[in-house]
Amino acid sequence: MKKDHVFLLMVLPAFLLFFIFHTYPALQGIFYSFTNFRGYGDWNFVGFFNYINVFQDGRAMSAYVFTFQFAIVSTILVNIFSLLVAIGLNSKIKFRKTLRATYFLPFILSVLIVSYIFQFMFAHMLPQFGQAFGIDFLSRNILGDQNLAWLGIVTVAVWQSTAFNTLLYLAGLSTVDDQVYEAADIDGANSWAKFWRLTFPLIAPFFTINMVVAMKNFLMAFDQIIALTGGGPGRATESISLLIYRGGFEGGQFAYQSANAVLYFIIIVAISVIQLRILERREVK
Amino acid sequence: MRNKTNWKATILLMVGAILILFPLYLTVTIAFKTPQEMSGNLLALPENWTFDNFIRAIEITNFPNALGNSVFVTALTVLIVITTHSMVAYAIARNMHKKFYKFLYFYFISAMFIPFPIIMLPLVLQTSAWGMDNLVGLAFLNGVMHLAFNVFIYVGYVKTLPIELEEAATIDGASQWKVFWKIIFPMMMPMHATVAILTALAAWNDFMLPLVILSDSSMYTLPLVQYAFQGQFSTDYNLAFASYLMAMLPMIVLYIFVQKWIIGGVMRGSLK
Repeated sequence: MKKDHVFLLMVLPAFLLFFIFHTYPALQGIFYSFTNFRGYGDWNFVGFFNYINVFQDGRAMSAYVFTFQFAIVSTILVNIFSLLVAIGLNSKIKFRKTLRATYFLPFILSVLIVSYIFQFMFAHMLPQFGQAFGIDFLSRNILGDQNLAWLGIVTVAVWQSTAFNTLLYLAGLSTVDDQVYEAADIDGANSWAKFWRLTFPLIAPFFTINMVVAMKNFLMAFDQIIALTGGGPGRATESISLLIYRGGFEGGQFAYQSANAVLYFIIIVAISVIQLRILERREVK
Repeated sequence: MRNKTNWKATILLMVGAILILFPLYLTVTIAFKTPQEMSGNLLALPENWTFDNFIRAIEITNFPNALGNSVFVTALTVLIVITTHSMVAYAIARNMHKKFYKFLYFYFISAMFIPFPIIMLPLVLQTSAWGMDNLVGLAFLNGVMHLAFNVFIYVGYVKTLPIELEEAATIDGASQWKVFWKIIFPMMMPMHATVAILTALAAWNDFMLPLVILSDSSMYTLPLVQYAFQGQFSTDYNLAFASYLMAMLPMIVLYIFVQKWIIGGVMRGSLK
């Protein structure tokens, strides 16, 4: 067989299967978003009706607000903590390997199960602790509070995601040559200046990747929310993914949630592109 | 100055490590406590370590069945991914100068930006209509969903492999198939390890795809079982934590033995 034909045979099955099981469902979703399909039975075209409705739907709007609030706060916190931990792990410390293994441990655990464990802590442990020390806002289950529940979800997300981002920053720090610091030591730079003038610019590409990846993952949050609050209390912590899942499978809103999903997709791509642009411009500087 | 141990950082990191380990400490102790002990100090060690919770959890959740399902899906997913994604990436990497392969590369990669919920609703209709709402179907779909990222890191790796070896083999009359399986595939070993680790972790811990794909509860994987039994678990935390611990234990044990390898594998992937 000719060489070119073999190469073609290597990729064509994957191409076809990927199209059938990834691209085709995506196209179908876009198609149905212009109909009134409920997931079964007859349907008609309704134009942009579903899209207009998403914008007027209080439930959808509150899901977007919650998801963004959660994603932005979590992304910032995860990056602060993981950068700090990575710098710590990269310095001359004792028990480095054990500490590194400990900090990476959350990455290998199921998000769902970790969230169930934290759910217990929020419901039964923290209130005991809060009452014992007279800390008012901890003395009840924060997951049951309309205004505080999202902080519980942020806590779990940060606890778990810091693991992976720390490792990415460690990989970044390992690319920085020690001689750079020796030169700075001679110049008498303090460690604060060394970090901002030397380390941070050198690992800027890792900062970019971490911000984009963390933000994208948090915008898709699902497992944590199912396990911690189920979207409650009321609908205070219903994320966009959860809304699409619930409305699409349980609410007979197949077409409507498809429209929601298309908007959601456009927003995620837009945010990723904007983030990349802004952060890459910083890198050049 | 840089050779002195930084004790301040060491101590801070050790305090932080307690925050990481605390939820796991709680899981282990509660899993071994009796329900009566739950009214006491939650932080205390169990008075009499009991295996009752585990025995009950194994019976109630049919743990061996769920474990088998998780192992099966994870192993099959890794097998599919390692053999097919490496081959696709090889063909793409060696033909990047051709329009079609370049298009394929960006076509696959772009899927990384498509959130799963976008394709979820139509995909579920499609897979159930085609009788793929089972474990084999799930492993197959895992292969489709992981394609974008794996092709991305495999292509990056193939580009670093010298092409001369292949050319010599082709001149000797070996077919391109043989070249791939006999020469390239073994040379990709470090990347296979990275891909296998990341894929296995993702498949083992995945919740959303199994949740929407699997229709029969006898096929539930470990995370799905924890979800399905919440009604019972929320009134019996000892039972719940024993079940959680058993669901997490296989990965934790594996991690303890090969953590250096796992961390190295993930780091290698991130530097690509």
